[in-house]
Amino acid sequence: MRKHFGFGALAVASAAILAGCSSSPSTDSGESGGGNGEGGAEIVIWTDAEREEAIKDAAAAFEEESGATVTLVQKNFEDLRADFIAQVPTGEGPDITVGAHDWLGALVAAGVVDTIDLGDKAGEFEQVALEAMTYEGQLYALPYSLETVALLQNTALVGAEAPATWDEMIQRGLEAGTERPFVINTNAETGDAYTMYGFQTSFGAPVFVQDESGSYTTQVGMGGAAGEAFAQWLHANGSAGTGYISTTVDYDINNELFNSGQAPFTIQGPWAVSALPDVDITVNPIPSAGGQTAAPFVGVQGFYLSSQSENALLATEFLVNYLATEEAQRALYEADPRIPAYTALAEEVASDPIIAGFLASSQNGVPMPSIPEMGSVWDFWNAAQSQIINGADPVATWNQMITDLEAELAG
Amino acid sequence: MTAQMERPQATETPGGESHARKWRGPGWGFLVKLALLALVNAFGMTAILSAWRAESWVILGAAVALLVIVDVVYFVKRALPLKYLVPGLAFLLIFQIFSFLYTGYVAFTNYGTGHAGSQAQAVEAALIQGERRVADSPDYPLAVVQRGGELGFAINDDGDVRVGSATEPLTEVDGAEVGQNGAPTEVPGWTVVPRAQVLADTALQEQVVGLRVPVSDDPEDGSIRTREGSTGVVYSSSLTWDPEAQTITDTETGTVYEATERGSFVSEDGERLAAGWYVNVGFDNFVRAVTDPGLAAPLLQVTLWTFAFAILSVVMPFALGLLFAIIYNDPRVRGRKILRTLFLLPYAFPAFMSALLWRGMMNSEFGVINDLFFFGADINWLQDPWLARFAALWVNLWLSYPYWMLVCTGALQALSGDTLEAAKIDGAGRWRQFRSIILPLLLVSTAPLAISSFAFSFNNFVIIYMLTGGGPNFAGSSEGLGATDLLITAIYQISGVAGGAADYGLASALSILVFLVIGAVSALAFRQTRKLEEYQ
Repeated sequence: MRKHFGFGALAVASAAILAGCSSSPSTDSGESGGGNGEGGAEIVIWTDAEREEAIKDAAAAFEEESGATVTLVQKNFEDLRADFIAQVPTGEGPDITVGAHDWLGALVAAGVVDTIDLGDKAGEFEQVALEAMTYEGQLYALPYSLETVALLQNTALVGAEAPATWDEMIQRGLEAGTERPFVINTNAETGDAYTMYGFQTSFGAPVFVQDESGSYTTQVGMGGAAGEAFAQWLHANGSAGTGYISTTVDYDINNELFNSGQAPFTIQGPWAVSALPDVDITVNPIPSAGGQTAAPFVGVQGFYLSSQSENALLATEFLVNYLATEEAQRALYEADPRIPAYTALAEEVASDPIIAGFLASSQNGVPMPSIPEMGSVWDFWNAAQSQIINGADPVATWNQMITDLEAELAG
Repeated sequence: MTAQMERPQATETPGGESHARKWRGPGWGFLVKLALLALVNAFGMTAILSAWRAESWVILGAAVALLVIVDVVYFVKRALPLKYLVPGLAFLLIFQIFSFLYTGYVAFTNYGTGHAGSQAQAVEAALIQGERRVADSPDYPLAVVQRGGELGFAINDDGDVRVGSATEPLTEVDGAEVGQNGAPTEVPGWTVVPRAQVLADTALQEQVVGLRVPVSDDPEDGSIRTREGSTGVVYSSSLTWDPEAQTITDTETGTVYEATERGSFVSEDGERLAAGWYVNVGFDNFVRAVTDPGLAAPLLQVTLWTFAFAILSVVMPFALGLLFAIIYNDPRVRGRKILRTLFLLPYAFPAFMSALLWRGMMNSEFGVINDLFFFGADINWLQDPWLARFAALWVNLWLSYPYWMLVCTGALQALSGDTLEAAKIDGAGRWRQFRSIILPLLLVSTAPLAISSFAFSFNNFVIIYMLTGGGPNFAGSSEGLGATDLLITAIYQISGVAGGAADYGLASALSILVFLVIGAVSALAFRQTRKLEEYQ
């Protein structure tokens, strides 16, 4: 027990010291803020490790010019969403956070994000990126990068020419004489409707119907004949059919098969390119399996502004006048090369054929729906695809999924 | 030198005197105590002050009470046992009881997606979401101005400077001067607040952000607001909040959204505003867990499987561990120490890595298990519900039998040889010895461990999450629950931390149910082990 007390005292003492350390700068700045009216306010930005350096540069320039303090807090990207929703209402949240656009619906429903107004600067960003960050007609974030999946092909085995259709791709894959003509990640038995979405839209079966302005409605669009046709195609290429699509493949296996030349075609995103060092890659738009254009999901990342920010002016100033600049966007691109949402920069980096390929694919794409219901959609959707690939009755499984989904959305 | 001279003298004081009698007033110990308590008090005061600043009165009260208790206990001579117990009790209170009570509190609310903050915050969010930029509004260069205590905006409208405040619509002023960037620098009758000052002052910033200057007497024309303090844009708000009636009205369509008891603004025809707030919902979460058809059936399956998994995860590894312990405890086995060490290896690996490794090995197409042991057959270890359950049990057996082998080896070696010899003399065979002597005596020392192992397996998140992720999913489960989900992984899934719709209220309610189950099972089991102790 005595030992415990020793530890307790130690913990308390060190906590007290730490508290002393952490509180001293804030009291200092508080005093100087009252004194000479400079350097008082502080904005807190949550970021993940990859972007921290790039934001630091923009923050340094901002600190110098405005006299404010910018505090960067590094977090895991996966934790940002839940932490932001939990912390902002308590007043402990940041002023700005990095985030993905598909969180938007949940953030709006939680009431934790503020709208932003880019003014004339809006024209400098890719349209699809702004659309993705728009929810019910209001812009909620400064977009900075796009990402999407595309067809990756092994140039040495099948050349650089883009196949127009699924059949043509399989044909060329078979001619290459590799172990498999094509490989696609299904996230093993979980199912991966995200990667598969390009093929699904080529059957004309979007997950939700889009209205004229491009906003998603909550009306499920993948039911009916088009959806059934996709399900049948999935079944025909699953374990009960040709076997080109298999739920044994997860992300690592997929990359391994492609990288070792055992499969000349795959669907992957730019994040996987660094895992494929051994092959010469050509990036092309996804071929159509159902006759229509294959439109993969486009994901957009950007910076959200907290609705409870005490320094909203300062935070907006930082977002609009320091991060929405070519210099800052370039620094972000160099820190973590994703397709820039800043048009001038996107055109510039498109000289890299791989980036150009993903950019071309994203121009076919549609933003991933950001409505909060999307969370439950994934669970139903992935599970149904996985079951169909494993040989379940395609039409019945698919229609059951649609029924469950509609019941969930209605309730 | 003097210290060395004195020390022998001190120890030479007449021996046999007790420490208590030897006490001659405050010594070093007292000073150390004083220093430590000063630190504790400093820390406590910091906590109290920050609680005061954050206006969290419950924490403030608790911190004051704790600090007073600690001081009383350590400065009063009589409370000797408490001097030892207080630190432990304080940490129990802070880390266990507080989080338990908080979970209990959340379980009775609808905290989750769409119900994240207070009602005031939901109103604020609705107003933010309902305020839109007027489509053809230009960006006006803007300056923040002040007159007495009143804030206003001065904008430059193509060379004409117009100024106004929250109560006074924009009016044109003569004789104003405009700076390089177009923003007014001098406005007669008003003091221009330098932008640097606005940005540096948090309180002023909030006022500026909240300020709306009407463009004209007609509210339909909208009002000027600024987002970063240097440009003004005309906005119009479609929603108005009436705190008296607790309603939000859409001025464009005339729809009235009323605040409901469920923490949302809902219109008459059932339309709901996105942001809500969390409210007390009584036992709804508990009721939903057992009556909601989309939830109850999967949860029942998950519960049954959790019990099966927890029980089998104790019984099977115990049996296997005991078997190995008996075999390798026999002096006739050669190289026992090396073999025992080898058998312990699975226990030495981190469980999550082992689970990932097994996940790879059980892949039906690329995994080594099918390749090596089943002649390359396509056995879907992780995709068939029953095989996946078997796989989870198997991997857990592999991970945890070394623990039981270790425990049983220790217990076997501690068995008294006399008892066994007496049994032998009485003519008991090996099986009889095992059944009537070894096993009961072994259970006395291992039963409490078996209970804690049950509780651990009941909540064995890592292995399920890493091996199967809870899958394969039940068809049509809205929460994404699957055949190998334990209650704890189901709670994780439902809480929405991993993405998807969050329902912390339901997740907390389920955690409490899990706590009750484990608490009840442990209490019953500990009562049973008391009976075992009668053997001794």
